[in-house]
Amino acid sequence: MAEPRPPRNLPPLSLHVPEPRFRPGDAVDFAQFDRGAAGAVARPDTAVAAADIRDLPYALIRVLDDEGRAKGPWDPRLDPDRLRAMLRHMALTRAFDDRMYRAQRQGKTSFYMKCTGEEATSVGAAHALDQEDMCFPSYRQQGLLIARGWPIGDMMCQIYSNSGDRLKGRQMPIMYSAREAGFFSISGNLATQYPQAVGFAMASAAKGDSRIAASWVGEGSTAEGDFHSACTFASVYRAPVILNIINNQWAISSFSGFAGAEATTFAARAIGYGIAGLRVDGNDILAVYAATLWAAERARGNFGPTIIEHFTYRAEGHSTSDDPSKYRSADERAAWPLGDPVARLKQHLIGLSEWDEERHAAMDREVAEHVRDEGRKAEALGTLHDGLSQPFTTMFEDVFEEQPWHLKEQSEQMQAERKAAGI
Amino acid sequence: MNMIQAINSALDIVMGRDPDIVVLGEDVGYFGGVFKATEGLQARHGKARVFDTPISECGIIGVAVGMATYGLRPVPEIQFADYIYPALDQLVSEAARLRYRSAGEYTAPITVRTPFGGGIFGGQTHSQSPEGIFTHVAGLKTVIPSNPYDAKGLLIAAIEDNDPVIFFEPKRIYNGPFDGHYDRPVTPWSKHPQSAVPEDYYRIPLGQAKVVREGEAVTLLCYGTMVHVALGVAEETGADVEIIDLRTLVPLDIATIEESVRKTGRCIVLHEATRTGGFGAELAALVQERCFYALEAPVERVTGWDTPYPHSLEWAYFPGPVRLTQALKRVMES
Ligand SMILES: Cc1ncc(C[n+]2csc(CCOP(=O)(O)OP(=O)(O)O)c2C)c(N)n1
Repeated sequence: MAEPRPPRNLPPLSLHVPEPRFRPGDAVDFAQFDRGAAGAVARPDTAVAAADIRDLPYALIRVLDDEGRAKGPWDPRLDPDRLRAMLRHMALTRAFDDRMYRAQRQGKTSFYMKCTGEEATSVGAAHALDQEDMCFPSYRQQGLLIARGWPIGDMMCQIYSNSGDRLKGRQMPIMYSAREAGFFSISGNLATQYPQAVGFAMASAAKGDSRIAASWVGEGSTAEGDFHSACTFASVYRAPVILNIINNQWAISSFSGFAGAEATTFAARAIGYGIAGLRVDGNDILAVYAATLWAAERARGNFGPTIIEHFTYRAEGHSTSDDPSKYRSADERAAWPLGDPVARLKQHLIGLSEWDEERHAAMDREVAEHVRDEGRKAEALGTLHDGLSQPFTTMFEDVFEEQPWHLKEQSEQMQAERKAAGI
Repeated sequence: MNMIQAINSALDIVMGRDPDIVVLGEDVGYFGGVFKATEGLQARHGKARVFDTPISECGIIGVAVGMATYGLRPVPEIQFADYIYPALDQLVSEAARLRYRSAGEYTAPITVRTPFGGGIFGGQTHSQSPEGIFTHVAGLKTVIPSNPYDAKGLLIAAIEDNDPVIFFEPKRIYNGPFDGHYDRPVTPWSKHPQSAVPEDYYRIPLGQAKVVREGEAVTLLCYGTMVHVALGVAEETGADVEIIDLRTLVPLDIATIEESVRKTGRCIVLHEATRTGGFGAELAALVQERCFYALEAPVERVTGWDTPYPHSLEWAYFPGPVRLTQALKRVMES
């Protein structure tokens, strides 16, 4: 191409390409990060107009302080049984992740994704929602199923694509579907579930039902068009939906700056759409619970949608195909200023004299054993590479409700060819 | 070089020669891409020429069209071909038609690189072969290499081409040729003659197929991973097969195809994509239109089935040696 125009006595433009603060080898310092104080953010009435809470998306709702004490108006004041249940669900999610991660490393399945460090964002939300509410998750919300009491053996069979897999071995590991648990079928295509959640919520409203919907995306995925379509529809129809953004700081190797984090918060996306926006400490399960409950009440009261940004950290790699040491400082995880969600709830419960180290150790043992036992049962039904777990002809089922001629023919052709080849 | 290194080398060389070439896409910058195809490029050519993008395929292609309008030659990466659909409107309605609708006033010389195809247990959202969707669009060129040498030469030609090109990279053969025998170890490209890739600049013109094996009895039309399946089956069965690696689907090298089918009188088209409405249907129609009186048997299609790619049964989906061998038998017997 031609050289740029001759200078018009104007300064040259320059392209800004965001750069994360820490790369491999860098020492990490989060001193500049303003967490705000636990309990400092006001809790508006759930009927409040979105226009009246435009400051909230820039604050960080925190309930638990550094000593694990619950503070301020967002403290949901849960009874100890509920707190212990949430703690167990987080611990179970973590144990499940560890076991399945190892299973992938042992070659028993093709792929796995952990949610380590983010357990509170889905477990807390699941506890605040009603069992009947519909979830449109992304791939890192295994905590929803676990907190809804879905059998982890069933999840494992899906991961192994074995004969116990209700999805007939079709989906990649972790791409669960559990209609009975109000858990939508997971897609590998980012952000696609967001407008679907809005549509579900619109339908529920149109029918005069009382169920609401919730969806989850990573902060990286907020750049997809589907995210913005969802927000527009949610706003226009005042859909009873909770739109969660899990800001775990990293989208594979790209830090949140590539989704726009240098300019504003993700919760503040809400403002332009006229939606209520909350930003919560995603490693504080009480804050997650409280924000979700607030948004659910708002939706149930016909006051419209809420966007919740959960500010958290992806402690492990993106997936089993990823090596985070190639793009971020190894110190980030340890230096993360919002701590570990399991440790924080544990500390809180101990502070309330409702828990102790012994019980915690016993719980960790119990969940590990549970995972191990269920893992053995699932493995007895086969693992991915045992092969033949699903009859081959199942491949041609469910493309349509009724099998058209061409799929019948293809199914028969496949069987004939295999027979002729002696396999 | 393996295929990824060849692609990396192509990018590096053209960027060195032409300061208007820019590389953009999810994770392509500092990290060098999830498949490592852009590794080291940012360090060598700078952040304004190799950069990460937001996760927005529609944004990536739309921005590329705008950059091309300024005069740059963007080479966007779509991380997996399965994720090209959000960008479809920008590709189909904008990039592909810009030259036509503006009578040449504007053009979109962009080359969209994207890994495609199955065989890596990627399930239904990391395995698709959407080439047929793009060959159906007027104004887009579609290129699919089958080995490191071609990948480099074709990619350079694609980037230097003044029209929008979709460059599909068969990810199953990034590291070595794959003949469809999933239970046998794959020989890496380093032990293969086509890995002898020159370090320097060279191009392989778009629109030229390559006869990769000569034969008299039947013509096999294929591209990408399927070239190696075809070669494997030819060797195993000893059939007198002529194998043509199409390399470019649009524009298509029809002369080489016609010549071969006239010689052999039989034709099989082989691709991994679903059958109905696939590029194989186009090839079969072309052969039938142009070589009807030379044909001794109906043109046979060997393809993936008309189902999404099933995770655990991917080897039953993949059109491997079993399916191709049976088709060969049918064609030879009729
Ligand atoms: C439409 C689409 N584009 C690209 C990808 C590839 N991809 C898978 S996960 C991912 C990063 C997502 O990051 P984020 O939304 O922040 O979620 P996180 O993984 O951090 O939970 C990318 C780019 C995809 N799955 N779908």
